[in-house]
Amino acid sequence: MKNTIRVHQFHGGIHPPENKKQSTGAPISLAPIPSRIVLPLQQHIGLPADPVVRVGQRVLKGQLVAEAIGRISANIHASISGTVVAIEPHPVPHMSGMKADCLIIESDGKDEWIEHQGLADYTKLPTQALIEYIRQSGIAGMGGAGFPTDVKLHLGDDHIVNTLIINAAECEPYITADDMLMRERADEIMGGIEIIAHLLKPLHIMVGIEDNKPQAIRALHAAMDNSALNLDIVITPTKYPSGGEKQLIKLLTGVEVPSGSIPADVGIVCQNVGTTSAIYRAVTHGEPLISRIITVTGQAAAHKQNYEVRLGTPLADLLNHSAVERQQLQRLIIGGPMMGITVTDEQIPVIKTTNCLIAGSIKEMPPQPPAQACIRCGMCEQVCPAELLPQQLYWFAKGKEFDKARHHNLFDCIECGACSYVCPSNIPLVQYYRFAKAEIRKEDDEQRKADHARQRFEARLARLERDKIEKEERRKQRAIDAAAAQAAKKDAALNQAPTASVSAAPEAGTPDLKQLKSNAAIARTKLKKAEKALNNAQDKGLDGIDTLKETLKQLQLKSAQAEKAYSDAQNAPAKAAAPVLDLKQLKSNAAIARTKLKKAEKQLANATASGEGDISALTAQVSLLQDKNIAAEKAYKAAESGPSNAAAAPIDTTELEADIAALQAKVDKATSAWQAAVASASPAADKMAAGVEKLTTKLKGLQDELSQARAALPASSATVDTTELEADIAALQGKVDKANSAWQAAVASASPAADKMAAGVEKLTTKLKGLQDELSQARAALPASSTTVDTTELEADIAALQGKVDKANGAWQAAVASASPAADKMAAGVEKLTTKLKGLQDELTQAKSRSEAAMPAAAPATAAPDLKALKQQVSIMRTKLKKAEKQLTELPEGADNAALMAEIDSLKARHDAAKALWDAAEADKIAAAAAQGVDLKQLKIDAAMARAAVTKAERALSKAEDDQPALEAELVTIRAQADKLNATLERFSD
Amino acid sequence: MSAVFVAVLVLLGLGLVFGILLGYSSIRFKVEGNPLVDQVDSLLPQTQCGQCGHPGCRPYAEAIVNADEAINKCPPGGQSTVEALADLLDVEALPLDAESEAEPIKKVAYIREDECIGCTKCIQACPVDAILGAAKQMHTVITSECTGCDLCVEPCPVDCIDMLPLETTLNNWQWPAPKPGIELIATDRQPSIALEVKG
Ligand code: SF4
Ligand code: SF4
Ligand code: SF4
Ligand code: SF4
Repeated sequence: MKNTIRVHQFHGGIHPPENKKQSTGAPISLAPIPSRIVLPLQQHIGLPADPVVRVGQRVLKGQLVAEAIGRISANIHASISGTVVAIEPHPVPHMSGMKADCLIIESDGKDEWIEHQGLADYTKLPTQALIEYIRQSGIAGMGGAGFPTDVKLHLGDDHIVNTLIINAAECEPYITADDMLMRERADEIMGGIEIIAHLLKPLHIMVGIEDNKPQAIRALHAAMDNSALNLDIVITPTKYPSGGEKQLIKLLTGVEVPSGSIPADVGIVCQNVGTTSAIYRAVTHGEPLISRIITVTGQAAAHKQNYEVRLGTPLADLLNHSAVERQQLQRLIIGGPMMGITVTDEQIPVIKTTNCLIAGSIKEMPPQPPAQACIRCGMCEQVCPAELLPQQLYWFAKGKEFDKARHHNLFDCIECGACSYVCPSNIPLVQYYRFAKAEIRKEDDEQRKADHARQRFEARLARLERDKIEKEERRKQRAIDAAAAQAAKKDAALNQAPTASVSAAPEAGTPDLKQLKSNAAIARTKLKKAEKALNNAQDKGLDGIDTLKETLKQLQLKSAQAEKAYSDAQNAPAKAAAPVLDLKQLKSNAAIARTKLKKAEKQLANATASGEGDISALTAQVSLLQDKNIAAEKAYKAAESGPSNAAAAPIDTTELEADIAALQAKVDKATSAWQAAVASASPAADKMAAGVEKLTTKLKGLQDELSQARAALPASSATVDTTELEADIAALQGKVDKANSAWQAAVASASPAADKMAAGVEKLTTKLKGLQDELSQARAALPASSTTVDTTELEADIAALQGKVDKANGAWQAAVASASPAADKMAAGVEKLTTKLKGLQDELTQAKSRSEAAMPAAAPATAAPDLKALKQQVSIMRTKLKKAEKQLTELPEGADNAALMAEIDSLKARHDAAKALWDAAEADKIAAAAAQGVDLKQLKIDAAMARAAVTKAERALSKAEDDQPALEAELVTIRAQADKLNATLERFSD
Repeated sequence: MSAVFVAVLVLLGLGLVFGILLGYSSIRFKVEGNPLVDQVDSLLPQTQCGQCGHPGCRPYAEAIVNADEAINKCPPGGQSTVEALADLLDVEALPLDAESEAEPIKKVAYIREDECIGCTKCIQACPVDAILGAAKQMHTVITSECTGCDLCVEPCPVDCIDMLPLETTLNNWQWPAPKPGIELIATDRQPSIALEVKG
């Protein structure tokens, strides 16, 4: 055996005792089929596989049980037939000794294969399909890290692969799995190499093997003779760690893989011999990766040999099978003595990367002696295959100067343990490096996370900013739109104006007039100012009087012009557009004219009386105004008679009503003014009384008119909405109230006008009654269907009235308290109001019973809104009750609080009644809801809130030392509430 | 004489050339923003928790650079951040200004989902949008995005958010630091000690 290829050298390396002979004595034997297998979902770096079977499902040997997710991930297959009993955390072969998710399968003893078939001719398959086929078989690197093989096979896609290296060095002591595989299954290995070569198409294939495996080398040579492959078997001197990927590459090719890059970057791909055999079996027999060769050795083991073991077999099974003496067992190591991991749990399963199991006795695996100080002997540096400075790295790792360690290429360390092996001070160097690497990785990870968080934070800020801007923009847009709409309106008006003035100008008259009027006013003001200035100047004899005078003249001219334009414009529409003008305009014109006339007359009278001013001018003005007034009135009348003749019957009564309302308001004002006058004993009172009378008469006239108009309306208007009437009533009611209160105030202040006011109040009340009667008639007149009318309105009325009653009550009590003489009367008023309230309430109940009777079917539906109203009512009542109670407490002692008490009692009763009603309704609702499974959410939320309140209260209690009793009481109530809610919740949630 | 003249001219010319070169490069390669703030910001943990008294990590970085804010106010960053900042700014590393431990345990928020009432208050509080949910719907925290800033805990009206320490899994497990060796002189070595210390 001699090499045709020159073997290169790598730096460092050690020669530990081989201890390989022990396990090569016997051929590979099949380990017994385990009764139970444990398949970790993650057996390598990358993502864990995703289970595709259910617990309880029967699986066959070779069946896919967990699927790869992501690129760096591998399928997992059942290695026995049986039943999936669990998918749960279970101890796995990992340095941490932690548990991880595993699929546990109980054997059925049949060891039944799933149907499987190899590829007849893999060369016919496209490359990608073949790689996918291999990926489906779940093959992962069987040498070290268990990197999914298909990823390496894809390297041909984006790299030029010159050299394929098959790693058969197996440099670590004790391990002989690859050795035995080569001895016994060299054909499979050759087949596998052929497949890989077919996929990667390398120029050169090399098998690197250490010279301590002569039998394996012979077997390989023999197999090579049967193969068409052109490959070199390169025999390397035995030295640890020549099996390291980069070291083997250096040995075989002399190429050094640069730090931080992978071999493929220099055109080289490495595969383990075990992997090649697995690929062969997958491709030609269709067998997924379900078993592997494992060396069981160590002094504690009686049978030291290689077994073909099903993946997932617990270590205990293997140890038992090779008769491991547990007393002797000092350390159980998975992997080799240099790079393996110590495990303590025998239930840990065999996985794809498990190549050796060393049951070491205390003699061969003595406890490590304590570490001592580094003596800087430099031996570690001499053996380091990665050409690092282990001693330096050690100092950096120990001093936590991770940055420096990184700069000294810490990540090129392959953790081979050569440095620890030679260190005379027994320093656990590799442990330090692992720790440092982990710390650096963590830091990087945190940095990455921080960057990510920053990005997200910034993105969020940007989003908030964007939202704000958008909102702002929308707001602006709205403003612009509004402005545009307004502008459009104005434009339209302006556009209309000229056209209208060209033809006849009835509509244009309005805007024009206004404009003109304001022009005139401005001119006048200016004129006045100028005049004043002139006077001033004249008085003081200042210069510049001439200029001022000039200005004044101009202004006068302008003013006159403006005024003329205005009056022209004013006259024009009156003449030209009378027939088309609407009555209102005309009416208001007439009214204005009248007012102006009156003012002018007054001015005239004043002037005459005082004998100053330009009386003649005024007189002229008055006469002009009179004319105008007459004209306006005439126009109005003419217009009025026109339409009223033509369309009296269908005319809308709303206008009339509005008039009436306006008049009414006037009457009210006048009345109040009159009353004020009476109160102050003014001499004008009589005159005002007359005015009031007049107004009232007019009002009556209008009302008559209205009733006529109403009567004239067709019969269908009987169904007219009563809301209007009601509104009237409400307004009137308000007035009555006001009058009442005014009267009471008057009574309280012992004003002489009180009697009269009382009369007024009476009158108003009468009117109110009339209206109410009307309302009830109207209601009665409504068709039967309207009995289902919503009672909410009534309720609102009642509530309002209630409020009034309360207020009156309060006022009365105040009066009582202050011993006011008006108290008795107020009491009567309160009584009256209360009576009314009762009446309304009766009505409500009637209405409700009616509506309920009218729609029994719809009842459940209306229950919901009613519930709300009820709830509101209850809370209102509660508030009222509280207020009343408060009042009671605030009442001075000795005062007559019997009435108040009575009221409180009644309120309480009412509150209770309402509450009972509500509770009943709610109970119904909850029952109904529970039947449908609704509302539980609300309940839940309430319960959660209550619970939170309890915790919060508890917290507050624990914090607050003082004031404890109060807090405790609160807590108790809150808890009770929470309990109740919880109970309710429980009742419904099961 | 003319030699002196030539020398002066040459020097002037050189000065001009380099001046133009420098002027150009200062415009061409202008650094946007304040690079120091960026550097400080990149050292901060980006938890955005506001425990430093600033509304986020960047404002704190700005305060450190521009307003001479103390560098020891970031509890999530811990002492290591203080040291990194001291290194960068060439100032003395102060002890961390917090009552808690120097290296805080990493935590993430966890919503007890069946107690959530879907009020969305936590979403509004989260500075990194790590909470998923909608009004009246159950909410949940995207653990991988949560920085553990604690800001969502307080606003929750039903107290259903917990801060739980990050679980150790196979993927984030770390080699522990080797126990500081009992570094004896060889002659002091006793068998009992040797037996106790297992590798
Ligand atoms: S463990 Fe690392 S540092 Fe030590 S010899 Fe091996 S490669 Fe070098
Ligand atoms: S071999 Fe050990 S003692 Fe020697 S230099 Fe390296 S670490 Fe120090
Ligand atoms: S989920 Fe809570 S703790 Fe996590 S980042 Fe958001 S606010 Fe902070
Ligand atoms: S604040 Fe609490 S209740 Fe509200 S959505 Fe968030 S977790 Fe749910």
